[in-house]
Amino acid sequence: MGSTTAGIVFIGSLLLALAAVHVPLGDYMYRVYSSPRHSRVERALYKVMGVDPEGEQTWGVYARSVLAFSLVSVLVLYGLQRLQGVLPYSLGLDGVEDQVAWNTAVSFVTNTNWQAYSGESTMGYLTQMAGLAVQNFVSAAVGMSVAVALVRGFARTRTSELGNFWVDLTRGTLRILLPVAVVGAIVLVAGGVVQNFADPHTVTTIAGQRQAIPGGPVASQEVIKELGTNGGGFYNANSAHPFENPTAWTNWIEIFLLLLIASALPRTFGRIVGQKRQGYAIAAVMAVLAVIAVCATTAAQVVHHGTVPQAAGAAAEGTETRFGIVGSAMFAAATTLTSTGAVDSAHDSYTSLGGGILMVNMMLGEVAPGGVGSGLYGMLILAVIAVFVAGLMVGRTPEYLGKRIGAREIKFASLYFLVTPALVLVGTGVAMALPGPRASMLNGGPHGFSEVLYAFTSAAGNNGSAFAGLAAATWFYDVALGLAMLLGRFLPVVLVLGLAGSLARQAPVPASAGTLPTHRPLFVGMVVGVAVVLVALTFFPALALGPLAEGIR
Amino acid sequence: MNTLPARLRRHLAALRALLVFTVICGVLYPLAVTAVARAPGLRHKADGSRVSADGRGVGSALIGQRFTDVRGNPLGQYFQSRPSAAGDGYDPAASGASNLGPEDVVDSLPDPALARAGEPDPDARQSLLTQICARSKAIGAREGVDGSRPYCTGGGVGAVLSVIGPRDARGAVVRPTRVVSVNEACPATPFLATYRGVRVECRTPGEDVGAGRIIPVRGGAPTRPAVPSDAVTASASGLDPHISPAYARLQAGRVARARGVGVDRVHALIDRHTTRRTLGFMGEPAVNVLQLNTDLDRTAPYRG
Repeated sequence: MGSTTAGIVFIGSLLLALAAVHVPLGDYMYRVYSSPRHSRVERALYKVMGVDPEGEQTWGVYARSVLAFSLVSVLVLYGLQRLQGVLPYSLGLDGVEDQVAWNTAVSFVTNTNWQAYSGESTMGYLTQMAGLAVQNFVSAAVGMSVAVALVRGFARTRTSELGNFWVDLTRGTLRILLPVAVVGAIVLVAGGVVQNFADPHTVTTIAGQRQAIPGGPVASQEVIKELGTNGGGFYNANSAHPFENPTAWTNWIEIFLLLLIASALPRTFGRIVGQKRQGYAIAAVMAVLAVIAVCATTAAQVVHHGTVPQAAGAAAEGTETRFGIVGSAMFAAATTLTSTGAVDSAHDSYTSLGGGILMVNMMLGEVAPGGVGSGLYGMLILAVIAVFVAGLMVGRTPEYLGKRIGAREIKFASLYFLVTPALVLVGTGVAMALPGPRASMLNGGPHGFSEVLYAFTSAAGNNGSAFAGLAAATWFYDVALGLAMLLGRFLPVVLVLGLAGSLARQAPVPASAGTLPTHRPLFVGMVVGVAVVLVALTFFPALALGPLAEGIR
Repeated sequence: MNTLPARLRRHLAALRALLVFTVICGVLYPLAVTAVARAPGLRHKADGSRVSADGRGVGSALIGQRFTDVRGNPLGQYFQSRPSAAGDGYDPAASGASNLGPEDVVDSLPDPALARAGEPDPDARQSLLTQICARSKAIGAREGVDGSRPYCTGGGVGAVLSVIGPRDARGAVVRPTRVVSVNEACPATPFLATYRGVRVECRTPGEDVGAGRIIPVRGGAPTRPAVPSDAVTASASGLDPHISPAYARLQAGRVARARGVGVDRVHALIDRHTTRRTLGFMGEPAVNVLQLNTDLDRTAPYRG
């Protein structure tokens, strides 16, 4: 089999595997979030937490619970890093510097996992395991909870109740993430991912040099890093590190895991609103966008335009031999289409257009299929906007799933959409206007601009991957990107819950001859169109200064 | 409890919830996975796939190494790994990539005053293009093949011109007044005598060439150079344990001569340490350099 055929089969097999688990996993998650029964273990945990699992919450209470949990998480994670020096299992590393600790705490709680530090030389085993990896679980579960609350807003009528955040959080963690993580971690160990608590051990190589081989509880963290679309690597090189991703088939598994939950959630959505075909329509929008993005990224990398890739004979700089070009490009596309941000290759060294497409993937709002939970709620916002645009065109009151999209609803949706572009463009603009932040660019000219644009896109979109040449461990970037992550996560969350509350209160609108069917290919095409047009209008000027200026001669 | 204000109660619940999940996901879960990973068959891998030679540990099968002498010169009896951007090369405490972009083609030349004093210039930096050209030339010379590549000069730097002169509305230089070969420091003879009728100059170190239009020159090198692409590029981790089968075959003759064995035996060893694509379609074929070299030491010891 030639390289190209193998690459096509690689991508095709991933899509097939995701399609195969779409229905069973989506249905399972539907049962998790809809079941009235609590297990005995969960009841005990609710008692320890001091919450009433039967108490339904309004959107305001739900949102305040999300914010309270996240605030406490940031403070505890910050404290854990600062106190690292006096805690056990810290590899003798000191406490983390304060602005790095702030940036990292925000980064992991917001499901971004932007890393302003180098894992092997900053974080001890205890911080990684009991701090960072815990947030990998719960920040993912928070995203899923918010998505489920929004879907309940569509499904319920004449009520202010959206469910119980503590129950959703607990079930998402214990019934969905944990079981998959346990199985996945053992599979990864079988592939060669390390899992131990040993200190780095130094060997003398056969050429007589010294080399310190690291250790760590890596497999248990690696699997949730992908499954929860987090992306924070145990080591600096992330999923390119042979101890995180040792073989071509672990690479396949990791890509599969990072797409798994987000691509099955549309089925869960369809089941909760009681119309499976609505779920298929949303899944179709995601699939169309994802396939286009994957093909475009891969094509740019395989064709390897540009001076350095042509000189090298392939876009091989910053890629691992065992994954090859397609295995690297597919990972890069998947990690930016979801909000993962793990990398198995160096995006900074990608071809100009390949790297540009990765940015566009994030600018789409990470909705194809997006982060766990955040992908679904982002996509439903786009659907609401599409319904509204369609309503304007034919002059009818827009409605979606039997709910009227009125002034209040469209305000929530448009504010949601505006958050990310505002953070990205203002942040990049400020950075470019100041001499210090400009000096952090490794590459000059348009590529340097791309590094900064990528950083703010990644932070505001809660992705966490980087054009890693940017020396982002400075006071400015630690604080500015931290703010972008915080606002980029929680403003949308509050707006989504507000929308959910306003939808749930409504009485259902009976479908009439004037109702736009939202499960047909026409609607799928419209949502794709709305997504692409909105991104193009918002980000084209910035993209023209970076990747397009560099890639088009 | 219920007398507390709602906000305080909510934050207390949040704290308790976080502690509960820290115990479950942050302690019990990793310990359980570690316990399972102690099982026979998994343990070796969980510990880092260590490799021994002559009864002592020499590294990990998954972490690449340098096979060079103390000054960094390649040892002829060993297969060489890819270039590495991890620390000084293959340093697992500093994994990472070069992160240099696809149009990183202009060098920052060292200050000649410092060079004369024998000191390194901290501001000097080779562009990614020049690094690739220089590696290709060195490997070509080492393995006895043509080391030329597109966009590289015969001297092993990036073939890049700065074309200076008045521009038209689209930014193209209408009539060049000066042309500088940006990666060739004076007194070098530029790789090209003239460009559009203008004599090409070497670059005076410290001279800013940013005013001109930067034009890489492809030259006549073959599209598929004799030195494969993985041999001249750094990996993402800087710890890549593999090289391509093509780069291994390129090195086979030199290793066989150094060890005084037939090249067929070396080829057979390469095949033994080549991982094919999993299930025929995942990844690319790759040769594990450390395992290949330790196997060579065992079966065809070097008597240098």
